[in-house]
Amino acid sequence: MNNPKTHLLPTGHARIESLTMSGIVKRFPGVLAADKIDFNVRSGEIHALLGENGAGKSTLMKMLYGLYHPDEGEIRINDKPATIKSPIDAIQRGIGMIHQHFMLAPSLTVAENIALGMKSSRGFQLDLDVVSQRVIELSDTYNLKVDPRLPIWQLAVGEQQRVEILRALYKGAALLILDEPTAVLTPQEVAGLFRILKQLAADGHGLVFISHKLHEVLEISHRVTVLRDGRRVDTIPTRQATRPKLAEMMVGRPVLLEYAKNPPDPREERLTMRDVSALSNRGATGLDAVSLRLRSGEIVGIAGVSGNGQQELAQCITGLRDVTAGSVMINGRDVTNAPPAALHAIGLSYIPEERMIDGVIKEFSVAENYVLQDHGHPKYTAARVFMLFNKIREACRRAIHLFEIKTPSTETLVKSLSGGNIQKLVLARELSRDPGVLIAAQPTRGVDIGATEYIHKQLLEERDKGTAILLISEDLDEIRALSDRIAVMYEGRIVGEVVNENVDIEQLGLLMTGGE
Amino acid sequence: MDLDDIFTASVFASAIRLATPYIFAALGETFAQRSGVLNLGVDGIMLMGAFGGFYAVHLAQTAGVMAEPLALLLGVLVALVVGGLMGLAMAFVSVTLQAKQGISGIGVYLFGLGLSELLFQQWVGTPKSVAGFPRISFPILTDIPILGEIFFHHNLLVYVAFALVPLSAFVLNRTTFGLMIRAVGQNPEAADAMGVSVTRVRYATTIIGGMLAGLAGASLSIALINLFQQNLTAGQGFIAVALVYFGGWRPLAVAAGAMLFSFVNALQLQIKVIGADIPSEFAVMAPYVITIVALVFATKRQEQPTALTKPYERGE
Repeated sequence: MNNPKTHLLPTGHARIESLTMSGIVKRFPGVLAADKIDFNVRSGEIHALLGENGAGKSTLMKMLYGLYHPDEGEIRINDKPATIKSPIDAIQRGIGMIHQHFMLAPSLTVAENIALGMKSSRGFQLDLDVVSQRVIELSDTYNLKVDPRLPIWQLAVGEQQRVEILRALYKGAALLILDEPTAVLTPQEVAGLFRILKQLAADGHGLVFISHKLHEVLEISHRVTVLRDGRRVDTIPTRQATRPKLAEMMVGRPVLLEYAKNPPDPREERLTMRDVSALSNRGATGLDAVSLRLRSGEIVGIAGVSGNGQQELAQCITGLRDVTAGSVMINGRDVTNAPPAALHAIGLSYIPEERMIDGVIKEFSVAENYVLQDHGHPKYTAARVFMLFNKIREACRRAIHLFEIKTPSTETLVKSLSGGNIQKLVLARELSRDPGVLIAAQPTRGVDIGATEYIHKQLLEERDKGTAILLISEDLDEIRALSDRIAVMYEGRIVGEVVNENVDIEQLGLLMTGGE
Repeated sequence: MDLDDIFTASVFASAIRLATPYIFAALGETFAQRSGVLNLGVDGIMLMGAFGGFYAVHLAQTAGVMAEPLALLLGVLVALVVGGLMGLAMAFVSVTLQAKQGISGIGVYLFGLGLSELLFQQWVGTPKSVAGFPRISFPILTDIPILGEIFFHHNLLVYVAFALVPLSAFVLNRTTFGLMIRAVGQNPEAADAMGVSVTRVRYATTIIGGMLAGLAGASLSIALINLFQQNLTAGQGFIAVALVYFGGWRPLAVAAGAMLFSFVNALQLQIKVIGADIPSEFAVMAPYVITIVALVFATKRQEQPTALTKPYERGE
C-alpha cells in the first residue's frame, strides 16, 4: 500500500518529506504576532503546535497556507525554498488546511464544496458526477463515509469535518494543517478523527495538529512545539512531555490543572424547573419538558453538543426567551416569564454565552459595563437620576484589583481588552451582586489557560459560599473539573443525569449523541 | 364591468412587455446579491442606461449615418457599457473600499438620477422620441388568435430578457463560475481558502448586474416607451431589488415575481382604460402593496446569501 521508494501517497500525490519554516517574523499593526519562529514537520509525523489564544499558532499556519505572508524568514519544502503567495499556491504545493471554523458553504452540497475553486473536466460547466465518484473512492480508502450529494447544513459537525479532510486529500494534500480540530467534536467523534489522523500519518502524510488541549496533544502527536506570545518556547518529542510541563511552557508559570474540590454540601433548593418547554429561534422545539433542580452550594453541569437546547435553557431561566409550558421557580417564587430586571432583583446572575453581544457593550468603558444592571442602585445614583461616577469608578477599581483584570484604566473601552479580561469583568460584575443563583454559559470559551484557571477557582469559591451554580459548557473537561452533578442535553431534552464522581466518559459521549 | 373587458389578450401581452425591464434588472441584481453585494443603485444605473441608449440612438437617427438596426444595436451597446461602468463604480466603492452597501447603493442611485437628468437637460433639452425596437412579426405564429398577440408580437429585447432567465439559472447552478458566485455569497472565507478570489467574483457579478440594469433602462427608452425624460424609471430599479428577495434569489422565481408584478400593473392600467369605478390611486398602489405583502410572507430560504451586504476582509 505504501511504497517509500516512489514517494507517493495512496492518493497518488507526491509526499512532502520535510517542510521547514525558519526565522519567521510577522508583524500586525501594534503586535509582533510571530517573532523568529522555527518550525518543521516531516512526512509520517503528527507535530502538535500548542499555545494559548493569541500565541501565534494560527498566524504561523496561515503563513504556511498563503493566507498571510511572513515579513521575514524562509519556508523550505523538501529542502527547496518556497514562497507561498496564496491558498491556491499552498494547495498546488500539497498543503491542505482544516480550519477551526469550517470553510464550507452550508447551502452547497458536499460535491459542490469540493469542486469549488477547481478546474472542471468539462470546461466552464460543472462536473459534479466526476467529483462525486472520486470522493466516494477516497472516502472508501480512508473510511470517511459521507454522501457527496447532501447539502452541508444537513450534516453533523463531525461529518462536516470529514468533508474538509476529504477535500484536502482530493486536492492532493501531502501536509495537513488541522486548526483545533477537536473543539466542536463529541468524544466519539474525537476518537474517530484520531484514528483517521494516525492512518494518514502512517501513509506518509505530514500533519500539524494545532491545539490547546494538553491530553489530546499527548495522545496523538509525535513531537510538540509550544508557542507563547509569538515566540517558540521549545520543540520536544511528545514522549518526554507531561501535562504540567506543557502547561508551564504554555503559560510561563506553573498552572493548576486539577482543582482541589471540597466535598459538595448542597442545601436548600434555589432553582426549580418543571417540564419547561420553549421554541428555538427557528420556531421548532427548543426545549422539550425540561425538569431540573439546583441547590445552594452545588454546581450542576449541563453537557451536550452545541445546539441541543443549552442556549434556550439559559435564556428561559434568565427571562430572555418565552417559556411556552412548565414553570421556573427561584427561591420558591414562580418566576416563569418574569422580566430580566425582576430576576436580577431576586438574586439571579448570568454569564452569557455570547459575552461580546449579551455580556458587555463593547463601545462602553470598563466602569460603565461594570454597572450595567446596577447603575440605578442608590449606591451609584443620587436622587434616582444622577450617576455618581466617582463611586462607580471606585467600585470598579476594587473589582479590577480583586479579579486581576488587566486594563489600563476604568475608562478604557471594553472592546480593547482581551477575551479573558472581558470575561473576568463580566464575572466580577455578576458576582458583585452576591447572587443566589448563577447561570454560567460557556464561561471560559475563547479564554486563555491563565484566566480559565482563575475563573474556575472563582466558581468553586462561590459554590463553597453557598451559591447555586448552573454551568453550561461544551467543554467536557470543564464540566468534569467543576460539576457535582452532570446533566446531558440532547435535542432539547435532558437525557441523563449522573453524579460527577462516578461518571464514565464513554457513557457521557453516548448520551450526548442521543444513544442509550 | 365585465371580467372579459379586463382579462383581455392585450393585458397579458402588455404584462409581458412591462416585465422586460424588471427581468433584466432583477436578474442582474440576483447575480450581485448571490455573491454578497446588495446593489441598491439599480434604479440609478437603469436611468443612466436608459439615457445612454436613448442618446446614442437619438444621435444616430438624427445624423442618419447608419442603418436603423445598427443604431438600435449601438444604443444597446452604449447602455451595456454605461451600466457596466456604473456597476464597476459600485464594486469599487463596496468591494475595494468596503463601504456600507446600503449607503453606497443609495449614492449610486442619486448619482444616476442626477447625472442622467443633467445630461438630458444639457444635450437634449426637451423630451423627444426615437424610433425604438420594432415589434417582430413571426410568420404563422403571430397570426394565431390570442396566443399570437400574447407571445409572438414583441420587440427583440423582450425575447432577450426571457431567454436570459433559464440562461441565468444555468450559469448559477451548473457552471464553475456560478458555483464560485454562490460560495462567495454564502461563505467568502471558505471560497478564499479554496483559492477563489472573492474580490474578482464580486466585481464580475456587480458589473454584470450593472450591465443588465443598463439594458433594463434601454429596454424602456428604446424599446418600450421610446423616449427619455427625467426619472424615467420612477423607482422600477427598487422594485427589481425587492423582486430578488421575492424570488428567493432564484432566477426562475425572480422572473415569475416580475411577471406577477407586471400583470397586476397591466391590470390596473386596463381598469383605468375601461374606466372602472375604482379610485385610480388604489389601482396604482396595488402592485406595490402586493409586492410588500408577498415579501412579508416570503420565508427565509436556503439560497439566501448569508454574506449579503458584508464586505470581506481576510483575517480578523
